[in-house]
Amino acid sequence: MNKLASRLKGRAELGLAALLGAVGVIVILDAASLTVPYSQADPVGPKTMPFIIGGLLLVCAVLLAINVLRGGQGEAEGGEDVDLSHPSDWRTVLPLVGAFVLNILLIDTVGWVISGALLFWGSAWALGSRRYVRDAIIAVVLSLGTFYGFYLGLGINLPAGLLQGVL
Amino acid sequence: METFDLLMQGFSTAATPMNLLYAFIGVLLGTAVGVLPGIGPAMAVALLLPVTYALEPTSAFIMFAGIYYGGMFGGSTTSILLNTPGESATVITAIEGHKMAKAGRAAQALATAAIGSFVAGTIGTALLVAFTPMVVDFAVSLGSPSYLAIMVLALLAVTAVLGASKLRGFASLGLGLAIGLVGADKITGQQRLVFGQPLLVDGLDIVVVAVAIFAVGEALWIAAHLRRKPLSTIPVGRPWMGKQDWKRSWKPWLRGTAYGYPFGALPAGGAEVPTFLSYVTEKKLSKHPEEFGHGAIEGVAGPEAANNASAAGTLTPMLALGLPTNATAAVMLAAFTQYGIQPGPLLFDSEPELVWALIASLFIGNTLLLLINLPLAPVWAKLLQIPRPYLYAGILFFATLGAYAVNLQAFDLVLLLVLGALGFAMRRFGLPVLPLILGVILGPRVEEELRQSLQLSAGDPAGLFSEPIAVGTYILVALVLLLPLAISAFKRFRPQPQGVPAGAESRDEVSAAEARQGATVASGPRETIAGEYQQQHDHKEKP
Repeated sequence: MNKLASRLKGRAELGLAALLGAVGVIVILDAASLTVPYSQADPVGPKTMPFIIGGLLLVCAVLLAINVLRGGQGEAEGGEDVDLSHPSDWRTVLPLVGAFVLNILLIDTVGWVISGALLFWGSAWALGSRRYVRDAIIAVVLSLGTFYGFYLGLGINLPAGLLQGVL
Repeated sequence: METFDLLMQGFSTAATPMNLLYAFIGVLLGTAVGVLPGIGPAMAVALLLPVTYALEPTSAFIMFAGIYYGGMFGGSTTSILLNTPGESATVITAIEGHKMAKAGRAAQALATAAIGSFVAGTIGTALLVAFTPMVVDFAVSLGSPSYLAIMVLALLAVTAVLGASKLRGFASLGLGLAIGLVGADKITGQQRLVFGQPLLVDGLDIVVVAVAIFAVGEALWIAAHLRRKPLSTIPVGRPWMGKQDWKRSWKPWLRGTAYGYPFGALPAGGAEVPTFLSYVTEKKLSKHPEEFGHGAIEGVAGPEAANNASAAGTLTPMLALGLPTNATAAVMLAAFTQYGIQPGPLLFDSEPELVWALIASLFIGNTLLLLINLPLAPVWAKLLQIPRPYLYAGILFFATLGAYAVNLQAFDLVLLLVLGALGFAMRRFGLPVLPLILGVILGPRVEEELRQSLQLSAGDPAGLFSEPIAVGTYILVALVLLLPLAISAFKRFRPQPQGVPAGAESRDEVSAAEARQGATVASGPRETIAGEYQQQHDHKEKP
């Protein structure tokens, strides 16, 4: 058991292989559930392509799992602002995702101006900004600006929500 | 001469005050996103797609063209002043460019990069004008089997040639193709991967997919690894070059262009290989080889020109065949579809005004870029100091806005988050992003051509090989897939003898060296320069 545990440690990439395999299986099962009568005009039908793609995904999943178990590793992506010397900082990412989810939940009820401002303010906070007032001013200016910009410039009505009538 | 007349008409469309304004906005935005870390031209175009629905397609594409070329100019500024290239194409520029900047020659490095980009961009666009109509004439005669083969070649070449791990490239391609399947099948109306969710019947909006993978995935990934101490940038004055610098730059510009355009025009050519080849060539031909590695101006001039010429080259298959080979071209192609414009060889016949205005605006944008980049370089460099929380909060804000504005439904934001998480995982585990995007965009078209080809042959697989071009392309496909395998097998069975003194190379070794060179070309410069320039570990295209 211990041996297995130690082999699995640091192999989070196996999760990716599992994801590939799962998507492959879903694609194939979904295609298999289609019922199409054979048609002269379309001898290939809508099932062939999913079978090919599902097969490709399954093969990739197996090969990736083998590759990872043999010690292979994907090269994490670098960039100007990316510092790969420390592990993923979940205390930044989770609040960020939280701000994003909050926006999804709120946008249709409270409207874009409020939910968008919360999104920006929350994201800036999660990313380490601590100048609350300045952040809030920028957030409100951005969300108000985009609301009116989209309305006047593009004719797209973003939801006004709670501020219906005020804006 | 007909081409020339059409181009002139294009200029008259592109030079209206409104369109000039869009070109100007485009180059400003393009330079800004090129300079800004974490955001690139493909992400910028994806974020702007919903905003441009209200515009004329022509104006929108003029703006996109400005962003496309502007990103190249801006990218070189970052790599010279920061030494952490955000894009694969500017890795080579950073090698010599940053050394020059450290030695107090930042102004000359920026100048040779900007002027070289202008020269290469202009010549590259002229080559685009000359060759694209020929490719179109040839392409209109092709049938479904040939198109299918060419698209398969492009998909496999991008997947297998670029990037470090082919396996991970194919995994990414598979995911992209699967995303492309979602929705009602165009021919039979059968619903695939819809799971009873009515909002999925129309398929996933390409804007949502592109914004999720490029913007949300990237912002989350950077947030997880944010550098707490921003990199120090080298202060710079106004770019200028002395007589000696001009003398040493103009030939590398032209040679870089000669490398860049053809590689860009190939499916899966990209900018990595030509910039690398240009660097090696300049090193070999230089009268000052000892300066290489310590800031040789030729090492900036050549690769930078190659980079821009390949950007122009990429537009040839994009416009003539509807075949994108880099991320920005892929998103631009998605934009065509959004406007209901069918990409492909008929584009020149159906939308001549748009195509030629787009091409003319490339010339205009290139000139504007030179004008705004030379005097304003210090201002652009200031952009590097933007507080990171605002930059990445802003990216998330605009990503949300863009994805929501397409259909005004919160469900798209759920998709945005899910696919953004996928984008995050791909960056974490080294899956390249480009095959996924190409899979999403080309997958449905591949399927369409496959079904059409076999419809003509009544289901007989021989129908796939009914055109000579198709057969030839499949042979190329086989070569692309098998050659690297053959080379690695060759290397494994003929290991290099150790400890042979230099100068005592046997014939076998020369041929092994040639094979190695072939391998380098086939699999990108990554492996070869990796050892030499360990610190330049980032070779991925900036989204």
